[in-house]
Amino acid sequence: MTAQIDRPTVDTVGHAAQTPEVDQPWAALGLKADEYASIREIIGRRPTSAELAMYSVMWSEHCSYKSSKVHFSLWGENTTDEMREKLLVGIGENAGVVDIGDGWAVTFKVESHNHPSYVEPYQGAATGVGGIIRDIMSMGARPIAIMDPLRFGNLNHPDTQRVLPGVVAGVGGYGNCIGLPNIGGEVVFDDCYQGNPLVNALCVGAMRIEDIHLAKASGVGNKVILFGAKTGGDGIGGVSVLASETFDAGGPTKRPAVQVGDPFAEKVLIECCLDLYAAHVVDGIQDLGGAGLSCATSELASNGDGGMQIELDRVPLRDASLRPEEILMSESQERMMAVVEPGKLDEFMAITDRWDVEATVLGEVTDGDHLVITWHGEVIVDVPPRSVAHEGPTYHRPLERPAYLDDLQANGTDTLGRPVDGNGLKSDLLTLLASPNLCDKSWVTDQYDRYVLGNTALAMPDDAGVVRVDEETGRGVAVSTDCNSRFAKLDPYTGAQLALAESYRNVATAGATPLAVTDCLNFGSPEDPGVMWQFRESVKGIAEGCKTLGIPVTGGNVSFYNQTGDIAIHPTPVIGVLGVMDDVSRRTPSGWKTAGQVIYLLGMTRNELAGGEWAHVVHGHLGGLPPAVDLGAEQLLGEILVNASRDGLVDAAHDLSDGGLAIALAEAAMRYGVGARIWLDELCERDAIDAFTALYSESTARVIVSVPRSEEVRFTDMCTARGQVHARIGVVDDETDGLDVQGQFTVSLADLREAHTGTLAAVFGG
Amino acid sequence: MKVGVVTFPGSLDDRDAARAVRAVGAEAVTLWHGDADLKGVDAVILPGGFSYGDYLRCGAIARFAPVMDALIPAAQGGLPVIGICNGFQVLCESHLLPGALIRNDHRKFNCVDQRLVVENTQTAWTSDFEVGQEITIVLKNGEGGFVADEPTLDRLEGEGRVVFRYAGDNPNGSYRKIAGITNERGNIVGLMPHPEHAVEEGYGPSTDGLPFFTSVLKAVVNA
Repeated sequence: MTAQIDRPTVDTVGHAAQTPEVDQPWAALGLKADEYASIREIIGRRPTSAELAMYSVMWSEHCSYKSSKVHFSLWGENTTDEMREKLLVGIGENAGVVDIGDGWAVTFKVESHNHPSYVEPYQGAATGVGGIIRDIMSMGARPIAIMDPLRFGNLNHPDTQRVLPGVVAGVGGYGNCIGLPNIGGEVVFDDCYQGNPLVNALCVGAMRIEDIHLAKASGVGNKVILFGAKTGGDGIGGVSVLASETFDAGGPTKRPAVQVGDPFAEKVLIECCLDLYAAHVVDGIQDLGGAGLSCATSELASNGDGGMQIELDRVPLRDASLRPEEILMSESQERMMAVVEPGKLDEFMAITDRWDVEATVLGEVTDGDHLVITWHGEVIVDVPPRSVAHEGPTYHRPLERPAYLDDLQANGTDTLGRPVDGNGLKSDLLTLLASPNLCDKSWVTDQYDRYVLGNTALAMPDDAGVVRVDEETGRGVAVSTDCNSRFAKLDPYTGAQLALAESYRNVATAGATPLAVTDCLNFGSPEDPGVMWQFRESVKGIAEGCKTLGIPVTGGNVSFYNQTGDIAIHPTPVIGVLGVMDDVSRRTPSGWKTAGQVIYLLGMTRNELAGGEWAHVVHGHLGGLPPAVDLGAEQLLGEILVNASRDGLVDAAHDLSDGGLAIALAEAAMRYGVGARIWLDELCERDAIDAFTALYSESTARVIVSVPRSEEVRFTDMCTARGQVHARIGVVDDETDGLDVQGQFTVSLADLREAHTGTLAAVFGG
Repeated sequence: MKVGVVTFPGSLDDRDAARAVRAVGAEAVTLWHGDADLKGVDAVILPGGFSYGDYLRCGAIARFAPVMDALIPAAQGGLPVIGICNGFQVLCESHLLPGALIRNDHRKFNCVDQRLVVENTQTAWTSDFEVGQEITIVLKNGEGGFVADEPTLDRLEGEGRVVFRYAGDNPNGSYRKIAGITNERGNIVGLMPHPEHAVEEGYGPSTDGLPFFTSVLKAVVNA
């Protein structure tokens, strides 16, 4: 056996200039013919193999947003100056940053790691969490919480039993070991995700405003440092191969393209970065995620003065046989790149040494607009960094409203058989509570540490996750993520706004004032005009909805190609809303605790069942038009909830969404095991609906609150004065075992819990 | 009154432990894994987390950190020490406490509000509890199953050195439902659940963790 490593001649810039006719594997790297031609035009010769590697990953759909960015002008067009007031850093940086008051800045972002998680559930999910945490770190913030919106295929499908436990263990394995509380998220099942599960991850970070850092390399002569883990062969081409092409049944195995995570290394990296920031030795910083060094070098240079010189052979390697192209494309995790003034280099290195973090000077910031990368002294890359990072192709993909939509929307819920008496209403309640999307999710959420860092004021299954930012004052943030993709399938514009409305409402329900939005736009293939139309409609819905609500989109992520063959997932624009509270100890929990408190339903109930859980679970039906959006009503409701929380007028509040009032009542009772008597007659009369509609409609802008009797007059006076529709529908009662829906049915706590718990454990084991 | 909190690479609940120390009016002192220096503290907390990633056996590498060279003899000499979760694992690996912690019998990480029964109030960390008192604090780990051979278990029970036992169902397969133990002298306590996550109203399941920290203040004052 020979230990000698074969080092073939590298393809230098000089060699490329002299050999224009060399046949290059641009197609295998995911580039189209016109894209390859465009690269040759930009650099005036054929690219070297290293340059080709860089362009191919950076111009992939995942990195370049080439199919989606033409629609992003909708964000800017719908962002008013007033919305920008609290926005410290907007779209385009690693993550957006908002001002939450008292000198504190909060950064948050949601990202997808869908395709890797299907191929290798544990590592795909784990590195999804790791990646979003590094985005937050690279803004200068301490990460303070994570959330994970997850979507899987049918609960009973064998492949779901392969994917879900791995994804959950991966999210938990990484998040628990890195020491961040997981405060919420979603677990949704739908057949449309069978071949394309969605693993989205959100991270929140906090910092003082003056500590915000940006990804830019400026200051000629400043050093460019790679620090963190060594570079290996994992994730090579992950971006272009995995995230930008549809899964193909007959394709080769893609396992090697998924990265492997090391949460311990990242935990050390977090603490090390925070020490570096505190010592003011970092001028610019960028995490290494998708597209690895290709992305970090080109983006840092492009965002800064434009020039950078890198000696690629200095990169510490786990595998000495890696070729320069592979080093440039590797997506090895837990790496960061910093730009440091020469005078601060020693201090930088002393801090990384203390944390046993390997740090290597790779090169420096230079004059001009050339990113020059050498390999053992030979130039293998010489390109304008902007052309790699920011001037990739832009596609104006054709859009077309899908032909099936008319029939789908015409197929409403009025013909579905409804329960005719109290027994039927009760039976549907128990069926819904046991259904995959409404059942107790503690099998999943108990695998996540929600307490670490000691600032968690609210976590799942409450409406929003709430964490304290300032330990002196109690100032903190609430975050929720939401999307009902069936609504978006029926009408993507309205569906996206419904996701926004629900997330906004959840944050307000916890008592926080909504402040900013992040979105993870999960769609099928952009090459399908119907999907592109759904995408455009969704972006428009979010952008215009945000304008109405007065809260900006601060960043997010687009994930296309969530499609197997011709079958695309439902459009799934996951919305995360972040809100602020002066003192999170005043947050409003979702469950009832105190007997005698009065239960009010805020908002109007209409006959709106299409796309809802009742039609889905009881009838397997999807058709009609989703519930109407009324963002003005959401704003008013939000103000009521925030004021009620601040003034101590409500002790519990719970959003009405999936499954409607019936599910909200059951959840509020089960939370702390305290029941209630409920009466629906006045509500039914006022809204001209029957008891079934009252219980199962998914009309928006509705919340139930429990009000101490001593505060009832103040609370109703406030509602009346502001024009908030409210109805007294019950009373919290510890004499009642479970729910007593008067004139309809009674159901015991034990029966509610028996239905609600056990669904996931029955499939995945205790 | 100074209580040291050790930070290993991968320690996670060190900030929480320091907050708990401050909550009872004591000073929290950071002890760095790489320094064999206890900085004159009156008691030490080995916090939860995943020291060195716990890719080997939990706590197996941390046990060899320089700070342990100072801590082990001090603990043997009577310094109050508590190991929480990963800290308990480090204490067992260091042989300051008997037994070992293995993977939960259900093979999953589990984060729950856990009921415990206090069985020994003679230790440095539990004098402010009542014998038989039931408390609820956070249990969160993947490797929390306490195991030891039968003679050791018999001896622990016989000598009253089982400090905490899980109430209700056994959450992780711990032998005899043991959640926490102490050494013969009662100055060293190790437990899997997390008292430091239960010291502030609104930020944890209860404030049942506070007596751990008020107890040690008394132990130090009375020492």
